[in-house]
Amino acid sequence: MQDEEIKNERARWEQETLKKAVERYPEREEQFTTYSGIPIKQIYTPEDVEGINYTEDIGFPGEYPYTRGIQATMYRGRLWTMRQLVGFNSIEETKARQQEFLDQGVISVAISSGSCFGGVYDSDDPLMEGLLGQGTTVARDTLQDTRDTMEGFDLEQVSVNFPGGQPTAVIDLAKFLVVAEEHGTPFNLLRGTLQNDTLSMFISNHYYEFPVKHAMRLMVDIIKYSCENLPQFNPISISPQHQREAGATAVQEVAISFCNAISYVQACIDAGMDVDTFAPRFSWNFGVYMDLFEEAAKFRAARRVWARIMKERFGAKNPRSWMLRVHAQTSGSALMAPQPENNIMRVTIQALAAVLGGVNSLHTDGFDEPLAIPTERAARLAIRTQQIIAHESGAAKVVDPLAGSYYVESLTNQIEEEVSDFIKKVDDMGGAETAVENGFFQQEIARSAYAHQMAVERKERIIVGVNDFKVEQDYPVEVFEADQEAGRKHLEKLRRIKEDRDKDQLRQSLEKLKGAAGGDENLVPYTMEAVKAMTTTGEIIEALREVFGTYTKPATF
Amino acid sequence: MGQSDTIRILLAKPPIDTHDRGIMILARALRDAGMEVIYAGLRQTWEQIVNTAIEEDVDLIGISSLAGGERVLIPKFCKLLKESDAADIPVIIGGSVLDREIPVLEEAGVIKCFKSGTSAGEVITYIQNAFKKGPSQVESSR
Repeated sequence: MQDEEIKNERARWEQETLKKAVERYPEREEQFTTYSGIPIKQIYTPEDVEGINYTEDIGFPGEYPYTRGIQATMYRGRLWTMRQLVGFNSIEETKARQQEFLDQGVISVAISSGSCFGGVYDSDDPLMEGLLGQGTTVARDTLQDTRDTMEGFDLEQVSVNFPGGQPTAVIDLAKFLVVAEEHGTPFNLLRGTLQNDTLSMFISNHYYEFPVKHAMRLMVDIIKYSCENLPQFNPISISPQHQREAGATAVQEVAISFCNAISYVQACIDAGMDVDTFAPRFSWNFGVYMDLFEEAAKFRAARRVWARIMKERFGAKNPRSWMLRVHAQTSGSALMAPQPENNIMRVTIQALAAVLGGVNSLHTDGFDEPLAIPTERAARLAIRTQQIIAHESGAAKVVDPLAGSYYVESLTNQIEEEVSDFIKKVDDMGGAETAVENGFFQQEIARSAYAHQMAVERKERIIVGVNDFKVEQDYPVEVFEADQEAGRKHLEKLRRIKEDRDKDQLRQSLEKLKGAAGGDENLVPYTMEAVKAMTTTGEIIEALREVFGTYTKPATF
Repeated sequence: MGQSDTIRILLAKPPIDTHDRGIMILARALRDAGMEVIYAGLRQTWEQIVNTAIEEDVDLIGISSLAGGERVLIPKFCKLLKESDAADIPVIIGGSVLDREIPVLEEAGVIKCFKSGTSAGEVITYIQNAFKKGPSQVESSR
């Protein structure tokens, strides 16, 4: 009855009011769309959400399908984790910045391992000349670097986060475990997260070394080892953000990453693990962009799709296996170099979208990041942005405030539908590993990145200060400069370590690692032996490459 | 220098820099603008890039760098070009180029630096203007 009335009233409104208005003032665009290209109507009404079954599709927070969030009280109980990624110049300076963050109310800090180039090159590699201390990372060549980084930390209290895929994930984990042994911390108390998102390295980051199947084996070894030995550790953090920064739309970001995750779940099941032993340890690292409502809807849709995949497709029974635990990072590629102060507003909108979407943890970028890694001032502003949203905006006082918006619920449905269609297509193709090897994912992302750039060049998409509202001269801003002296000191340290190590132990540990790589034993303990011999990351990669071979991305565009 | 009227450009990235979103977009945009684009691919050494430039007989080299440390990387590359008797191939650069680095890069021999935020259209216009009288003119004017 009411539906019929709304329908009739809508037809009347279109005829009597809308038509006249558009005749007098034509709309600014013929067809408005979201960033992902979902068409946007003038208004949304109950008609747009009539297919929704509230209890099945939206439900209540803390319960399946988690559309409204994975905790019952969300930010009313505890605010999201404000987790900032740090790393620059030297281990000492990085630690000082971390402490400063903690003093300013940041709840958790992530230490980025290896170099800014995926950690696959040692600091003394000739190709690294001029680059030490440049990325949001600290050098992590040998066990000694990990020791220095962890010094003073109580590993029972601190949660440590290691970005990076294969092969650095297994090496980082090995070093972390050896240092924990040295600290006398029992493995069952260790907390932290390893990125270990293997396929995204082939799709977006290009920090790969070995062919797909060998990289997948290292990933499964890590998950298996963690399930058996590290009950509080997250052995994988799937990173849709990588696809997003490479140019994927919101829909593609979710869809491609879910395809990858499905293949990870399947690989673990194929390795003999029960889905409910490992799935509760999966964590996620999403990007968050400028389209406020689409981004908020994206997180809501992603939680629902993942819960359904885990319950219906994989038959998981533990509710923790159904939950999508989300860390989000604001977008670096959405920040612009011209008029860099404008990025403060961009980060604010992105962070608000993440909060409205119910993420569990958030990193905010510094406004000067299109220029270099953030200065102290920019890093502080990034934290303050989160704190202002948390304490002043009111957004953290209620669970899932956008639920019930005809527009947001409709967007949530459409994102779910498009993601499900994409997953079906990749299933038919043979799964994510095939879609990586045949370049399907890479092409999808490149197509979106190009379409976005062309829309900007044609001024169909306005980026303030870049293709419109430009100025001749920006106000000067301070730009971070890497300390070359810190780089030199680090190289000297590495040289001494290499000189002092036991060459026989080194050779033997690498031979054993290669032997195990050729068989089917778990490689984590062998990697631990190798790092104890003070092998560098580059040396371990080189040894494994002899067994696994090399992957090269085709140079097509 | 290439014989035909079509501009031949080699696009490459510093060996360890894998941020290829920008270079992939530019490669397509330059090709769509009628240029012959040779993309070196990821994780090529500077030596390989110089060799490709010589073998492919390109009119210019475009480096896209998001590595940081350009003021060390790029002069090293320009020096290598000189040592390989290929200093006559002009080099342009785009990506995370900072104002304070531009004089160093120009001193090293880079003919044009495009800062972050530059459109593909601006790069195309620059290249077409620089080469409007054919590649040999650019060579003789150096």
